[in-house]
Amino acid sequence: MIRFIARRLLLVVPVLAGLVVLLFLWVRALPGDPARALLGQRATPAGIEAVNELYGFDEPLLVQFGIYVRQVLTGDLGSSGYTGEPVVASFVSRFPATVELTLAALVFAVGLGIPLGYLAARRAGSWLDGLTVGGSLLGVVVPVFFLAYLLKLVFAQWLGWLPTDGRQDVRIDATHVTDFYVLDGLLTREWDAALDALVHLVLPGLALGTIPLAIVVRITRASVLEVLGEDFVRTAESKGLAASVVRRRHVLRNALLPVVTTIGLQTGLLLSGAVLTESVFAINGIGSYLFTAISQLDYAVLQGYILFIALVYALVNLTVDVLYGVIDPRVRVS
Amino acid sequence: MVGAAALAVAGSGCAASEREPEGGGSGGGEGGGTFVFAASSDPVMLDPAFGSDGETFRVARQIFEGLVGTVPGTADPAPLLATEWTTSEDGLSHTFTLQEGVSFHDDTPFDAEAVCANFDRWYAWEGVNQSPNLSYYYGNLFRGFASSDDPALEGGIYGGCTADEELQATVTLTQPFAGFIPSLSLPAFSMQSPTALEEFDADGTEGSEDDPRFSAYATENPTGTGPFRFESWERGQQVTLTRNDDYWGEAASVDEVIIRTIPDGNARLQALQSGDIDGYDLVSPGDVEGLEAEGFTIADRAPFNILYLGFNQAVPELQDVRVRQAIAHAIDRDALISQSLPEGTTPATQFMPDLVVGYNDQVTQYPYDPDRARALLAEAGVPDLSVTFNYPTGVSRPYMPTPEDTFLALQSQLQAVGITVNPQQDAWTDYLDRINGTPDHGIHLLGWTGDYNDPDNFVGTFFGTAGPEWGFDNPELFSALTQARGLPTPEEQEPAYAAVNEQIAQFVPGVPLASPVPSLAFSPRVEGYEPSPVQDEVWNTITLAEE
Repeated sequence: MIRFIARRLLLVVPVLAGLVVLLFLWVRALPGDPARALLGQRATPAGIEAVNELYGFDEPLLVQFGIYVRQVLTGDLGSSGYTGEPVVASFVSRFPATVELTLAALVFAVGLGIPLGYLAARRAGSWLDGLTVGGSLLGVVVPVFFLAYLLKLVFAQWLGWLPTDGRQDVRIDATHVTDFYVLDGLLTREWDAALDALVHLVLPGLALGTIPLAIVVRITRASVLEVLGEDFVRTAESKGLAASVVRRRHVLRNALLPVVTTIGLQTGLLLSGAVLTESVFAINGIGSYLFTAISQLDYAVLQGYILFIALVYALVNLTVDVLYGVIDPRVRVS
Repeated sequence: MVGAAALAVAGSGCAASEREPEGGGSGGGEGGGTFVFAASSDPVMLDPAFGSDGETFRVARQIFEGLVGTVPGTADPAPLLATEWTTSEDGLSHTFTLQEGVSFHDDTPFDAEAVCANFDRWYAWEGVNQSPNLSYYYGNLFRGFASSDDPALEGGIYGGCTADEELQATVTLTQPFAGFIPSLSLPAFSMQSPTALEEFDADGTEGSEDDPRFSAYATENPTGTGPFRFESWERGQQVTLTRNDDYWGEAASVDEVIIRTIPDGNARLQALQSGDIDGYDLVSPGDVEGLEAEGFTIADRAPFNILYLGFNQAVPELQDVRVRQAIAHAIDRDALISQSLPEGTTPATQFMPDLVVGYNDQVTQYPYDPDRARALLAEAGVPDLSVTFNYPTGVSRPYMPTPEDTFLALQSQLQAVGITVNPQQDAWTDYLDRINGTPDHGIHLLGWTGDYNDPDNFVGTFFGTAGPEWGFDNPELFSALTQARGLPTPEEQEPAYAAVNEQIAQFVPGVPLASPVPSLAFSPRVEGYEPSPVQDEVWNTITLAEE
């Protein structure tokens, strides 16, 4: 197992190296002049020239690439051309917000998706099944920002049950240790701060989790249906095993394999930053920051963040592969 | 402006947490409270000398003060840290008498030495600090530094500063600069504590040449004389300020100010409606009516901006002044305003708003007259003129809240006189790239918001030199602008710029359209917010009513 993990980790290195080259070229192929983006309407020809010189945008590509590779190798990654905030520090301070949001969305999607999908499959053709299938179709097609505004309108504005946005009430004087606000509240025993952070996660979690929920429901339903028709299920049943044992040990366990793959893929996607959800709910995660960086042509931030995201994605996938072995002894790696 | 303050906000009351902050502090009760304002982005950093954007300045205005402020509701200079000033006959020497009994938040006394330390600091900037994305205002207005790798930035117009007495400082310039006094109202020229500047290495913009990072002063320790002290900054989230109880002027009523970053416009609106914030800026014109109906207060700034339709004379047809006049006559400003700009917007007659020195009441105008427009086009031999119309999408500027709507309104007006309009849209940065960097455009929408009362900041910025935006070479206009800029006092500039405005009107390089009113929105509990045309809004005037 350890060798398997080590081998997979080693494989990530060439992928990242290739990505470094691609990112460098991609960022520079984006339309627009970074110096003008930086200076906005105040750009003058002299100003643009000065900025180009300062940030090395006027150097030959190879020289720029050399500087960038040196930064990557030293783990530095440069800093934002706008705010001078170092890329690594900014990622570290913003990533927890994205992770919290991702977890909230996942809890919602998985916690509700697997039972719903399972029930729908068990009662295929019933009204519950119809509702679930129809609902999940709706969940996939409804635009995230629309859903987000709608949730805010109903639950924050009309009913006043939940906060509109942010990660924590600004008037709360909470201590932040890890920048995972819920966790911080628990660690410092500021229970109301933790609760407040949790409450702030509900609406964005629902908005972001809806599409994954719909996907998990559909995959679970299809997978359970398929397994229910398998010979080994019939064998188990005819052996006289209790229905609940068959369901738990034979049906669910086998049906979960494709679901885990799906969840893994969704987690990777969610962690790469939910641009819309983060902006609508004013959550300063990596998605909203990345979005700003694109419009500002902030090269260092773009390069650094996407590299980080790729790394996270690779790690999530590795975790999924390991989990696979836990669920299915047949694919247990030696 | 007015808002039906009688009605309370229905169904507000954020469920989460009315918890009292721990660790002592905020007493609650009479006055006091926390004012929460939503900004559209983070400040870039906290040292306004390196700032040039609105959100950086919004925070800086609460912490810092300059020698000169503004008369409320105008862009005219008013005493602030300097109680009075005199300018020598030749316009080169400015003597400031300083406010007594002022100290910085770190208890460093504010005196003539501190004034000179600030002026000398700007002048002494080297290397990275001279870059226009850092020291935009100083570099631009004082036009140079003590020494520079760039010969064009060598020297500049700063001559030196002397502390004549404890509370009297004289700043000398090497060339007259009529905008000197009004420009000192910019937060970029705020007075900062010399002790803190040194202690936290304010000018030590670190990092390599290619990779500037701001100092500990600019990110964690801004120290001024203003009514609020800096408390904390959580990047991407909020800046927290607390009341300065030792403020020399009228101390703030609120205990604490929190400036949250909410980039999405709709999210700001919803946050206000649900009571999570007390106010926000740049209210979308479409939301104003609804907010007023719900009992929120709308505060309008006197417009200090201009929206115009520019002509690119690299396009052969537009080189004919009759064609340019024809387009001007084709435009119905009143219809344009009612269709696409906020209520209260004033139509423009020239390339500056009426608050600016040199505004000309008698300037030649091209009133809406479609018949005249058609006749002029026929006379110019292009009765079926076809022209590219450039406009930006997905962007909202104070002078141009909804470019798409403005385009649609103008398009139908131009079509009505027989002009074929070929629309060409770009995202904002690409748009600026195209208009300011290439000759590849036709007629276009653009505008400007002024920083302080300086006519050169408007017409000089637009028409000072030949450039790709306008595509013309008009030496007479260029030299008139250069001359006007060099006049030593605003009084002398007034007639010179009035003449320049007439010269521009005759030349018709574009059509000044309107000065849209920028609006802020507040919860009914906020009282005493004083909107300023140049956003010189300091929150010690605010009180929060009991809820």
